[in-house]
Amino acid sequence: MYDTLIPENAVDQKEIKINAEDVQVYYGDTHAIKDVSVKIEDKTVTAFIGPSGCGKSTFLRCLNRMNDTIDICRVEGKILLDGEDIYDKKVDPVQLRAKVGMVFQKPNPFPKSIYDNIAYGPRIHGLAKNKADLDVIVEKSLRRGAIWDEVKDRLDQPGTGLSGGQQQRLCIARAVATEPEVLLMDEPCSALDPIATAQVEELIDELRQDYSVVIVTHSMQQAARVSQKTAFFHLGNLVEFGETSQIFTNPVDPRTESYITGRIG
Amino acid sequence: MSAGLIILVVLLIACAGFFVGRSRAIATAGGDIRNLHSRPNYYGLTVALFSAAPALMIAVLWLLLQPLYIEGQVSEMIAPADIPEGGSLSLVMTDVRRIADGLDVAVDAGTLTEDRIEDMRADLSDLRTRLGEVGIAVASEVRQNVFMAAKTYRELAAKLRLAMAVIVIGASLAGAAFSLLRINPDYRARNVSEHAIKALLILSSSVAILTTVGIIFSLLFETLHFFRLYPAKDFFFSSIWNPQFQGGSDLGILPLLWGTLYVSFVALIFAVPIGLLAAVYLSEYASKHVRSFAKPAIEILAGIPTIVYGLFALITVGPLLRDYFAEPLGLGNSSSSVLTAGVVLGIMLIPFVSSLSDDVINAVPQAMRDGSYGLGATKSETIKQVILPAALPGIVGAVLLAASRAIGETMIVVMGAGAAAKLSLNPFEAMTTITVKIVSQLTGDTEFASPETLVAFALGLSLFVVTLGLNVLALYIVRKYREQYE
Repeated sequence: MYDTLIPENAVDQKEIKINAEDVQVYYGDTHAIKDVSVKIEDKTVTAFIGPSGCGKSTFLRCLNRMNDTIDICRVEGKILLDGEDIYDKKVDPVQLRAKVGMVFQKPNPFPKSIYDNIAYGPRIHGLAKNKADLDVIVEKSLRRGAIWDEVKDRLDQPGTGLSGGQQQRLCIARAVATEPEVLLMDEPCSALDPIATAQVEELIDELRQDYSVVIVTHSMQQAARVSQKTAFFHLGNLVEFGETSQIFTNPVDPRTESYITGRIG
Repeated sequence: MSAGLIILVVLLIACAGFFVGRSRAIATAGGDIRNLHSRPNYYGLTVALFSAAPALMIAVLWLLLQPLYIEGQVSEMIAPADIPEGGSLSLVMTDVRRIADGLDVAVDAGTLTEDRIEDMRADLSDLRTRLGEVGIAVASEVRQNVFMAAKTYRELAAKLRLAMAVIVIGASLAGAAFSLLRINPDYRARNVSEHAIKALLILSSSVAILTTVGIIFSLLFETLHFFRLYPAKDFFFSSIWNPQFQGGSDLGILPLLWGTLYVSFVALIFAVPIGLLAAVYLSEYASKHVRSFAKPAIEILAGIPTIVYGLFALITVGPLLRDYFAEPLGLGNSSSSVLTAGVVLGIMLIPFVSSLSDDVINAVPQAMRDGSYGLGATKSETIKQVILPAALPGIVGAVLLAASRAIGETMIVVMGAGAAAKLSLNPFEAMTTITVKIVSQLTGDTEFASPETLVAFALGLSLFVVTLGLNVLALYIVRKYREQYE
């Protein structure tokens, strides 16, 4: 598995973007996340791996307060974005989500045209002064989503008419269009075929230059291919967090080793 | 043997056939049902089907054709001289049937015997009183030929009924025997019974379709009849509605159509925004607790009989609108008005719009909401820009369905809008609708040959065409955009 690792993965220590300390999450009476502390660096891809139901998606959704939309969900502990607690009463989750974008497991383009899908975020946040501005943002975002060439001639067609892989790249472009600082991806490739997966992975690697990317994945190969940091979750605990190369080659915790070698999961 | 009894016997044979077939199947398999192609119940079911289905079909056909055959035979016995002046053969035939039935009743009651009926030839004066004693009133004096026809009618009917019993029960037994003989372990009883079930399903759905077709045709024939008596041009383009039962009336549909559309429009203006906003609140903002209470509460509105809404319009809304709006504004002094009917009709439609829209909004995938929230959109932005557009086809369907309801509503309009056919823009004036006029043209002592009565069918057909068009439009819109977010 190591041969898929890229030497560049070993990078220097970077600025901390998100600092989570002793995070607890409860769904009603269920204690879903226990004492998770993680430091997510800027301009880095951080992968969350672990067996199903281990809490990695739940933790990801805490980072932009998507769990607020679930009534029975309760979050304790501190999550600092650039040193500010995002669960502070002063913070508006709507503004937070503009800074921390999210891409979901299943591609979910809106039933609108490709153009309107991308323009949705910039419009509601007032990022464009006029139509020409908006056109520029849409083109830039589609280029960043590596899908411009495929859709530039049919921007007025519905986004739902694209193939699965194109839809997911459209959703990534849509998230990028609001100029977030962090991009959260919840199993972005699980509904895609291998070719589309490769395209999205390539895109994630490019996005690393500007954003802090956090990706939840079931595929350990994918984590090894795209991430620099990896966190292994098990039964709601953060078992191990470190350099991807170290996690995959020389895990400290026996549970990590069992999972990576396929004995638990 | 009466028809009911025959059918009961057939069903009993089928029942018995089920159990015999079932045990015979088990016997042919040597007691081990794994040797059978199908489960034993299916073998029983095929026997039951073969004994009941063909026999019942014959019975139904027989019951349909028997009266036609008898009438054909008997009507030859009626001479033209027997038909009273101004009457028709069918009236005389009605008399024949009544006398025949009366004779049956009289024999059952013991006031007449078969022998006496046979002898009753020259002296018929007795017959009326005899029939009167058993509660059968014969209108005029019974003529010789009519009485003879009635007697033949009785004899034929009795003979045919016996024949029917023999043939139907025979068919049932033959079917049972045929299918019992076919039973062997390789017989595909399950497939046969499933075919029969499929036929039953097809029959059920075609009943609904055929009924629609039947309704259209019955309307269509009467409408054509009407247009033969009254010019179609005047009906569709005249702006005067003034039926005179002594003839020479003006029967223009335009004032009625205008009233219908005006009242429906007011109702929708009232119901659509309220219903839609209620649906948005219920599906997006209300907590589970509120929703579980509020949704059934709104739907109770749909269960109130329209006549009760009509009372509400008559005694509450009408006077209220007149006293606080129409009179101060100088727009009229009638408590029945378009606005009264429209508002109350709108209240009735709120649950239609809100309940259907609520279902449609709930059907928008959670992924759409997540996607929008994930981009930093607020709840109201999400609803306005993502959820409502995605749910739009369904909402349009709900609105058009409500419109069809509004156009077809009668009771509220009778009591709320009055009965004056007028072409006016003033919403405080009394107007009337197509449905109200259909009722008023058909109630009371009317003969079914004058244009004043037949116009009801033309009105009904016009209404049907309008609502059918709306329903087709609704279906088309819903179907065209349904799968957009998948």
